[in-house]
Amino acid sequence: MINWLTEPWQFTFMQHAFLAILLVGVIAGAIGVFVILRGLSFLGDALSHAVFPGVVITFILGGNVVIGAMIAAIIISILIGAVSQSDRIKNDTAIGVLFAGSFALGVALMSLQSGYVRDLNSFLFGSILGVSRSDLWLTGAVGVIVLGLILIFRREITLISFDRVFARSAGLNLWLYDQLFLVLLAMAIVISLQMVGNVLVLAMLVTPAATARLLTDSLRRMVVLSSCIGAISGLIGLYISYYQGVPSGAAIVLTATVIFGLTFLFAPRTGAIFTRVRYRMHRDHPEDDLDVLPDQPAS
Amino acid sequence: MTVHPPMLACTDLTVHYDNRSALRSVNVAIRGGEVTALLGPNGAGKSTLLKVLSGMISPSHGSATFEGAPLTGPHASITYVPQRSDVDWKFPISVLECTLLGLIRSRSRWAPFSRSDKEAAMAALHNVGMDHLAHAQIDALSGGQQQRVFLARALMNQGKALLLDEPFTGVDVPTQEMLVAILGRLKDSGTAIVYATHDLAQAAQTADHAILINGEVIADGPPSFVFTEDNLAKTFGGAIVSIESLRAVAR
Ligand SMILES: Nc1ncnc2c1ncn2[C@@H]1O[C@H](COP(=O)(O)OP(=O)(O)OP(=O)(O)O)[C@@H](O)[C@H]1O
Ligand SMILES: [Mg+2]
Repeated sequence: MINWLTEPWQFTFMQHAFLAILLVGVIAGAIGVFVILRGLSFLGDALSHAVFPGVVITFILGGNVVIGAMIAAIIISILIGAVSQSDRIKNDTAIGVLFAGSFALGVALMSLQSGYVRDLNSFLFGSILGVSRSDLWLTGAVGVIVLGLILIFRREITLISFDRVFARSAGLNLWLYDQLFLVLLAMAIVISLQMVGNVLVLAMLVTPAATARLLTDSLRRMVVLSSCIGAISGLIGLYISYYQGVPSGAAIVLTATVIFGLTFLFAPRTGAIFTRVRYRMHRDHPEDDLDVLPDQPAS
Repeated sequence: MTVHPPMLACTDLTVHYDNRSALRSVNVAIRGGEVTALLGPNGAGKSTLLKVLSGMISPSHGSATFEGAPLTGPHASITYVPQRSDVDWKFPISVLECTLLGLIRSRSRWAPFSRSDKEAAMAALHNVGMDHLAHAQIDALSGGQQQRVFLARALMNQGKALLLDEPFTGVDVPTQEMLVAILGRLKDSGTAIVYATHDLAQAAQTADHAILINGEVIADGPPSFVFTEDNLAKTFGGAIVSIESLRAVAR
């Protein structure tokens, strides 16, 4: 068992991969909480596709792919903001138009290259082999920036997520904070891409956060839990990937999904089974006052 | 009663959305130490006017002033209480945390809210009879309780003007009475209070000053003076209430 656990660690590329996925799990898990609370999953999915041309261009020109993707993400998020300023075009329409167009541009650029299929494959499904030392540093730096800014602007990000009118009346510039959030989200997505691939990156944002939502009513705890669940899913997924030869993205996302499924069924208070049992007990013995909702106000 | 100069005013104010005007040539003056009721049907521009007066929307034409100076954006002395439908009530946040966010403007981002801030929030919640639910989630509250929490959050600021968007809608009688009592206390301390409502009787009973609007100002003055059959018909598009019964409640 110990051997089974330690074996992958003797390879430098696996050490890099483990460190990277822990960072990615924590970062994506944290920002994912705000993605699900604000209903921005579609935006997350779109951004992960829209960075494609940035990846391809840096790949062609040589240079760090993560930085190329980051630049693309920032340009796209600003464009989405600009296009949805139009009164006639809804936000999700702007996102749809720009992400599909951008992804198509990436595919076209990439098809001009040799080695097209292999690279496309790793972009779509992730590849744990290629995490270099500089990628790790970059991921760490992004982590510090994203988590730091979430911490610094915690009140603003909270308020713009649930009471935008009051936020504006309190002098917050909603456009600026929305843009800041988009950039943080884009950064989190870009560093996740290499590990889980573009098709599955959404799961790193959404699944751990959704699991955390089932477990707690406190925003702070939700962020911590979501980060932990993201990191643990990443860790378990990487082992599965290493031993079973499953692509890392698929293994990680499946792990996160299983954790979500178990939580959904068995979570205390909110789990499907618990709710069901409580309902039956209450139906059969309504005279028992089941005080099982500690967070609920006493009426 | 002492007469105060206007605290909030707007002159020849016009607001357009998508080339359609929501407000046309509006002139109003709002004084400290008075409760002003803003009355009009759905879509009359009540929320729009409150947003202009709180500096959230800049008018397409005309201007708004606060204490004589042009209002260029949200102002620390103007507190706004949103319409309940503006809020995502499913958001995971407790009543106390929500109340504390009323201090977002005045507290440093580098430190957590202090103990005295929390005590102030508990006091504000106590004021609105919600301290026993301080640790409940906002989505566990009834409509009236939500409105009380909004008021508590507004009470965290020592503002000079308090603007409330439909605070009485969907709220039971005890909560209405509590709101009226608290607004009365604020008014006595010189705060200018403006609220939007559909409820003529409520306005007749509790407001010193009523403004009837429907895209433009139809009438403006003491409720007993502006609530005439003619004005109400112009505002609401038909005789919908018995004027006699309103006269009875108006002073
Ligand atoms: N953000 C917006 N974009 C476009 N049109 C808007 C916007 N907000 C309000 N309007 C329009 O402006 C007009 C006035 O709206 P407003 O919300 O001020 O009315 P209201 O009197 O508050 O109505 P209600 O009683 O329904 O709250 C309406 O016709 C509305 O459709
Ligand atoms: Mg309104």
